[in-house]
Amino acid sequence: MTRLLEVEDLEVGFGDVSAVRGASLAIERGETHCLVGESGCGKSVTALAIMGLLARNATRRAARLSFDGQDLRGLDERGMSRLRGDRMAMIFQEPMTSLNPAYTVGSQMAEVMLRHRGGTRAAAMARAEDLLGRVRITSPGMRLGQYPHQLSGGLRQRVMIAMALMCEPELLIADEPTTALDVTVQAQILRLLLDLQRDLGLAILLITHDLGVVARVAHRVSVMYAGEVVESAPVEALFAHPTHPYTSGLLGCVPVPGKVARGAPLGSIAGVVPRLGPEFRGCGFRDRCAHAAPACAQTIARRAAGPRHDYLCRLEPGLAGDAR
Amino acid sequence: MMLDFLARRLLVALLVCATVLTFAFVLTRLGGDLAISIAGPNATAADIAQVRVAYGLDRPMPVQFLEWVGRAATGDFGQSFFFKEKVSKLIFDRLPITFALGLVGLSLALSVALPLGIVAALRENSWVDRAISIVALFGQAMPSFWLGLILMIGLGLHLGWLPISGTGSWEHFVMPGIVLAFSAIPALLRLTRAGMIDAMASDYIRTARAKGLSRSSIVLKHAARNAAMPVVSIAAVQLGFMLGGSIVIETVFALHGVGFLAWESISKNDFPTVQAVVLLLACIYILLTLGADLLNAVLDPRLRAS
Repeated sequence: MTRLLEVEDLEVGFGDVSAVRGASLAIERGETHCLVGESGCGKSVTALAIMGLLARNATRRAARLSFDGQDLRGLDERGMSRLRGDRMAMIFQEPMTSLNPAYTVGSQMAEVMLRHRGGTRAAAMARAEDLLGRVRITSPGMRLGQYPHQLSGGLRQRVMIAMALMCEPELLIADEPTTALDVTVQAQILRLLLDLQRDLGLAILLITHDLGVVARVAHRVSVMYAGEVVESAPVEALFAHPTHPYTSGLLGCVPVPGKVARGAPLGSIAGVVPRLGPEFRGCGFRDRCAHAAPACAQTIARRAAGPRHDYLCRLEPGLAGDAR
Repeated sequence: MMLDFLARRLLVALLVCATVLTFAFVLTRLGGDLAISIAGPNATAADIAQVRVAYGLDRPMPVQFLEWVGRAATGDFGQSFFFKEKVSKLIFDRLPITFALGLVGLSLALSVALPLGIVAALRENSWVDRAISIVALFGQAMPSFWLGLILMIGLGLHLGWLPISGTGSWEHFVMPGIVLAFSAIPALLRLTRAGMIDAMASDYIRTARAKGLSRSSIVLKHAARNAAMPVVSIAAVQLGFMLGGSIVIETVFALHGVGFLAWESISKNDFPTVQAVVLLLACIYILLTLGADLLNAVLDPRLRAS
């Protein structure tokens, strides 16, 4: 069976800025795939490009962009809108503003069902009520008639999740779904997503910059830097043998109780993510990398570091690890 | 919640009404001795004194004011000095003309401004958007009496499609309606465009797209409802202006509505009529803003709560 989502050499540009520079990504059915990286590395743009939700001034190119074997590149807006909300759904970072303030929770949920599956409004409302219960919202029947401004941020994000599940999608893209929420609520939402994934066999592309979240929920991780996926591996392999210097640096930024001495300086990677133009060649990380050499300005080939573990660096596996 | 909202708005409306009532009364008396202007240029001092007693102008102002308010509350605005008719009849005869004109003007303005504003927003910064902005600019820059005359010459005299003046049939309201609409279109259009641009860039529209909704549902259901509120408010103000302030249009097209009556009675110092017209127009404005607030509360649930 083909993979659920396959992205190869995705490029997204906004004018003379390349936001995504040849990113590749594959998601299996039912897996939780985490996409990690710093702000501005192109995570969200990659997600929007997959969903066909990029702004009008963006340009998208890819060697391959397929969902369940169907090529998305040739689909027009109408074709994409048939998939979105039905077979692939997305939730966002900003639960406070992502729901329409003028319509009730119930009507916003029901319209997804009515659009893709038809049926009566009453049936759609019943489905909405059922799903609000599943995302553990109390008295779901009452919530249907409420407006977004009557709900807290955590509740709104639950509504967004329930709304995304209306048509039982195969893929859910969650773009930093817990970043804007309180820490206690974050944990609840993450647990909810995992439970739903197990129950529904959903594939989740979870975008996050929180490596603690990655360690807890991911099956597979792709690390993004400056518009490229620099390393992709099963979660255990990535944490045990980070191969790309950037991945090592990123892991070095996370303090581990017991391993890091109290008062010792926290790890960091000097510099910021560069804004690269379309003419840029070679490794985007070379200005911040301890291993940088003239060869890094050449086009870098993707290489394997283990089973289903690949990375984008001129160094042999094992050489970059000492960057930590 | 809605009732609470309504009660608060009504209370504010009543307060504004009372204030206008007082101002209408005081201002007409600041223009000089009313007895002198009523008695006319050839009156003797004795005539003036007689007029003063006959109209009750010799009594203290607060007494006059309370008496006027008391009568006005029962719908009696007294007798017009100039038209020699009851003020209430004078006004009620002219209200239908004014309302017809205002409604034609506003409907025409909305039916042009809303679609053009939406199209301009969806095609922001394209040549379509620019062309629409230029049309709006013309509407803003063109004096309405001049546009009225041009329409009369073109549609009335040369083509003979529409009557030039008077109030005999619905056709008489088309040309003045177009002129009124022209003055209202730019503001409505720009607010519609700005509101739609904001709404289309919002997170909930991204959500609506992520849900796979149709283009028409995204634009007309999700974006337009949120863009509508400032448009509703300004449309109410525009309608108020059309009902009360269209003196120029009413003069050009010989439509003797309330605006024309206001102008005539002011120039003749016909103070019972002036007071009544000012009060009436103020009440119309208040009702329109109240209506706009209510409509906005229906459109936006957050307003009902605050």
